Amino acid sequence: MSASALVMFAETLRIAAPYACAAIGGIWAERSGIVQIGLEGVLLAAAFTSVAVAHATGSAATGLAAAIAAGAALSLGHALLVERARVDPVVSGIAMNLLAYAGTRLLLRGLYDSASSSPSIEGFRAGPTGKSGAALLARVLLDPVSIAAALAIAATPLWIARTRFGLRVRAAGENPAAAAAAGVPVTRVRCAALALSGAICAIGGAHLAYDQRRFDSGMSNGRGFIALAAVVVSGLRAGRAALACLLFGALEALQIALQSAARGASRAGDLVQLLPYVATLVALGLAARRAAR
Amino acid sequence: MSPAGERPGPARWRRRLRDLQGAALPAALVLGGILLALNLISFGFGEAPVSTLRRAFEGTWGTPYGVGQVLFKATPLLFTGLSFSIALRAGLFNIGAEGQVTMASLAGAVVAAELPARTPWLVAVPASIACAVATGAAVALVPAVLRARLGAHEIISGIMMNRIADVLAPWLLASVFSRAAMRTADAIPAARLPRLERLVPALHGSAVSVAFLLAVALAFAAHRALSRSRAGREARFVGQGAEVARAEGIDVPRRRLEAMLAAGAVAGAAMTATTLGYKGYYEVGLGAGAGYAGIPVALLGRGTPLGLVLAAVLFGTLNQAGLAINARVPKEAMDVLEALAIVLVASATARGGRSGEAPP
Repeated sequence: MSASALVMFAETLRIAAPYACAAIGGIWAERSGIVQIGLEGVLLAAAFTSVAVAHATGSAATGLAAAIAAGAALSLGHALLVERARVDPVVSGIAMNLLAYAGTRLLLRGLYDSASSSPSIEGFRAGPTGKSGAALLARVLLDPVSIAAALAIAATPLWIARTRFGLRVRAAGENPAAAAAAGVPVTRVRCAALALSGAICAIGGAHLAYDQRRFDSGMSNGRGFIALAAVVVSGLRAGRAALACLLFGALEALQIALQSAARGASRAGDLVQLLPYVATLVALGLAARRAAR
Repeated sequence: MSPAGERPGPARWRRRLRDLQGAALPAALVLGGILLALNLISFGFGEAPVSTLRRAFEGTWGTPYGVGQVLFKATPLLFTGLSFSIALRAGLFNIGAEGQVTMASLAGAVVAAELPARTPWLVAVPASIACAVATGAAVALVPAVLRARLGAHEIISGIMMNRIADVLAPWLLASVFSRAAMRTADAIPAARLPRLERLVPALHGSAVSVAFLLAVALAFAAHRALSRSRAGREARFVGQGAEVARAEGIDVPRRRLEAMLAAGAVAGAAMTATTLGYKGYYEVGLGAGAGYAGIPVALLGRGTPLGLVLAAVLFGTLNQAGLAINARVPKEAMDVLEALAIVLVASATARGGRSGEAPP
């Protein structure tokens, strides 16, 4: 493997991690029968919380834990609004996204008196330093947030397929009336699934922030929605969704490489930025057509 | 829903009164929640709530200029709120208004700038608006076709179109129209919409334009079309239950497509408020956020034209109040309040369901 291929591979993993966490979170939500378009908001809120807590305590691990708690809480709030207050899940998700976007901006102003970004933080420091492809890859693989993300992603398919909780979540999602008749506490199972969804999605938010070593306003930048597309395209299967996110990460890594290569050469290079979004649209259309058949 | 052949009379007025009562609870909840949260936030920023409130009031309804600014802020929200509302009546979510507004503003501004300088306003204004409206519908076409023909999630594709518009608008400005300043050339004077201060001198200095009247008229016209025309009635039927509508022989994909295109067209008309009525040109970021801000307007407006106007004015007030208090309490506070308002409205009207109709 040449050095640049190693760099591309490491970049792909690094870029794909937040997408994959959000997609796995989305799968837990959709499996339990609650549409969650608030993944974007969970990513953003978790990113902010991780930086704010890490900055205050000086401990990146505490920041990660706080982010997970915040993501779970926000997602649980969504579940309660949908299940208890009977709010339309799309409407509630929109509100969650807006709340996270505006709330983090408000807190940025309140805590750091800045309209755009937080002070920088230390983050985790793992792996070798250096700019070679191997060092880059080692840093990505040894990063504790990446490891947490990989564990959550790997555990999800088994968790859904093999455990009692997974079975209950599927039952609540596929046929809530039958599940309730069989004695499954549907509302409680859904709330638990959404809290788990938020917790896993939040790992992605913390990854995003620790990767940049600070929080920027709106830094989730639509990743939650692209993850949602991956969920839809995967047919609610965790492995496929993770694969879709990897593909997407590769696409984005390619786009960054192309864009830096084309910089200054022509304005057409900027259009490469469209690639991920157009690809998502095409994938959505293809998946829908396959499902319709 | 209102039957088409309804005669004006006592029954109709009773129904309207009932609608108003149904709207009073959510409105009261929203106002109460907003005031409470504003108090908490201003406490958090070490400001006395009463003085924050007084500043907010003075900047909005306290002066004629403030009123004009509120209406100015409300205008694009009324367009995008109406856009979301139209799609919602057909059971669809037009999350793509943001990108529709962006591309429509650009297209309309280019037409308004490129017309010969001596074009009469009677030609210039409709030409610019028509181009904007067509562009808005064209941007909506992608999610519309994906949803109506293939059944793909209109929310995700709408968001993707928003991102595409975000990239495309600056690129078009820079490379196709070769504008280094990230804005279009100035519109010819005949294409600009007059400000309301020419009709009502008291509004002097505020940016509210004829576009506000246009938006109000459009809201009432759209309501009429939805309840009186066959296409509109069928679209609402689809929104209440696609399966039943299909069984009744309604062409569901076609009505969905039409509703999304109409929503895109109406969102495109929002450029009259920002581009033709205010700046006179389009620059990157002009009108940004209006697409998403239209969602709570549509939810609070509950599908009636008067409700939409009142909701747009309420959120316009919040926006303008945010600017008025910005020196002491960040204006982002108002966005938090907006999110809160969505939740409050939605939970208070939860019985209404997805169709956006007022509960019976």
